[in-house]
Amino acid sequence: MVRAQGVRKRFRRTEVLKGIDLDVRRGEVLCLIGPSGSGKSTFLRCVNHLEQIDDGRIHVDGELIGYSERGDALHELHERDVCRQRAAIGMVFQRFNLFPHMTALDNVIEAPIRVRRESRTEASERARALLARVGLAQKAQAYPAELSGGQQQRVAIARALAMQPKLMLFDEPTSALDPELVGEVLAVMRGLADDGMTMIVVTHEMAFAREAGHRIAFMDDGTIVESGAPRDVLANPSHARTRAFLSRLLAAS
Amino acid sequence: MSRVVPLRRPGLWGASAVVAVLVALVALSVFRNPNIRHDVVGQYQFAPAILRGLELTIVLALLAAAIGIVLGVLLAVMRVSSSPILRLASAGYTWLVRGTPLLVQILIWGNLALLFEHIGPFRTNDVLTPFVASVIALGLNEAAYMAEIVRGGILSVDRGQADASLALGMSRALAMRRIILPQALRVIVPPAGNQFISLLKATSLVSVIAGGDLLTAAENIASANLHTIELMLVATFWYLVLTTITSVAQHFAERRLARGSLALHGRP
Repeated sequence: MVRAQGVRKRFRRTEVLKGIDLDVRRGEVLCLIGPSGSGKSTFLRCVNHLEQIDDGRIHVDGELIGYSERGDALHELHERDVCRQRAAIGMVFQRFNLFPHMTALDNVIEAPIRVRRESRTEASERARALLARVGLAQKAQAYPAELSGGQQQRVAIARALAMQPKLMLFDEPTSALDPELVGEVLAVMRGLADDGMTMIVVTHEMAFAREAGHRIAFMDDGTIVESGAPRDVLANPSHARTRAFLSRLLAAS
Repeated sequence: MSRVVPLRRPGLWGASAVVAVLVALVALSVFRNPNIRHDVVGQYQFAPAILRGLELTIVLALLAAAIGIVLGVLLAVMRVSSSPILRLASAGYTWLVRGTPLLVQILIWGNLALLFEHIGPFRTNDVLTPFVASVIALGLNEAAYMAEIVRGGILSVDRGQADASLALGMSRALAMRRIILPQALRVIVPPAGNQFISLLKATSLVSVIAGGDLLTAAENIASANLHTIELMLVATFWYLVLTTITSVAQHFAERRLARGSLALHGRP
């Protein structure tokens, strides 16, 4: 479903992605772990072209993201095509980024109506079903400011799902939450994984990575140091850097 | 149940008394001044010439504000665009217009015929009547200030809002219209209200090119009957009416825009 080859990204002088190769199969849940500043979030933002890459290729569902290849040159895609590609990729952010001037329901139906030209009735019907799925059927008319962090993040997940994406990107979805609210968001994500959604999850929740993840990739300093089954990577990391990161994480918790 | 006894603040009472007496003295000196003919004020307060001037002032302010808002939003969006040329053009416009007195701009627009005798196939003086020149001068000036106000509003919206919009497949224009600008509005309205009040008063400057506004009307009458202060009081009354209405409207606009905000719901 996702194939990244030699992805490089520079911010000014610093290279934050130093050649990322990564494959994610359809229905697979890949957990991306690693210290902060290792480039996990940047890589995720490259997958839906929120960040442009300087080298390499990212394919989603067989389609080259952000560019078209003609001859031996990559041409930047027209905004219209980038939007179409992004519409098929859901993204959930660390700080929720719900639209504060809209109710939960309006947050969920905004893109289906404006981007996919669905009718309001059709979009609302599906949005209510999605809100029910994340356990917030009662909160359809609430504004984000009236919801807890966990509730906001669940609305954000429903909002991303409303576009019926074939891939979901999660950028540290529980890092901004109070500890007692983490569980409700992870439960929704686990349900998604069980339903066969392809997911890339940047996370520090090792329990989630172990139970819901099919594969873990450990990133450090702009490269993927190792990847493999969660049990193997978490229990028997083969690289010293992975070991050091995991023991630091363990000591902290 | 115990009673709360407020702290005594004799200094505050004293200061209040002094201010009240001063205000009363000033008011008395105006109203009992033998040099002011109150009957003249009353006679002209609703005079047809004054009301026509008032109407023109209102039309002038509304047109200039409309130009200012449309052009201001355009300039603000240019200012945050990814094209350096658009950014520079916007910044240059603001620099030029904010850096020169409005009075000078009005005089230039009012006397443009001295520079260009013809605009296309038309004689400049036929197209650029004092009214048209006034609308253009005020509108273009307003736009420069509105651009800064709108830009501040756009910058006040969290970057994550644009990220979330784009990630959902929205175009930048759609995200700006549906997500960013509506949120920016809460930050924009208070200074924009102040700006409109400034504009209402600035319309009086077009009297220098015989713009036909409220002040022009009052001055014309005053130059005929020499009751200058009386006619300025007539104008003062109407300007205060207009600015008061604006303040009230601004208050309600701010309340309405607070929907969904923390202040309204009082919860973090």
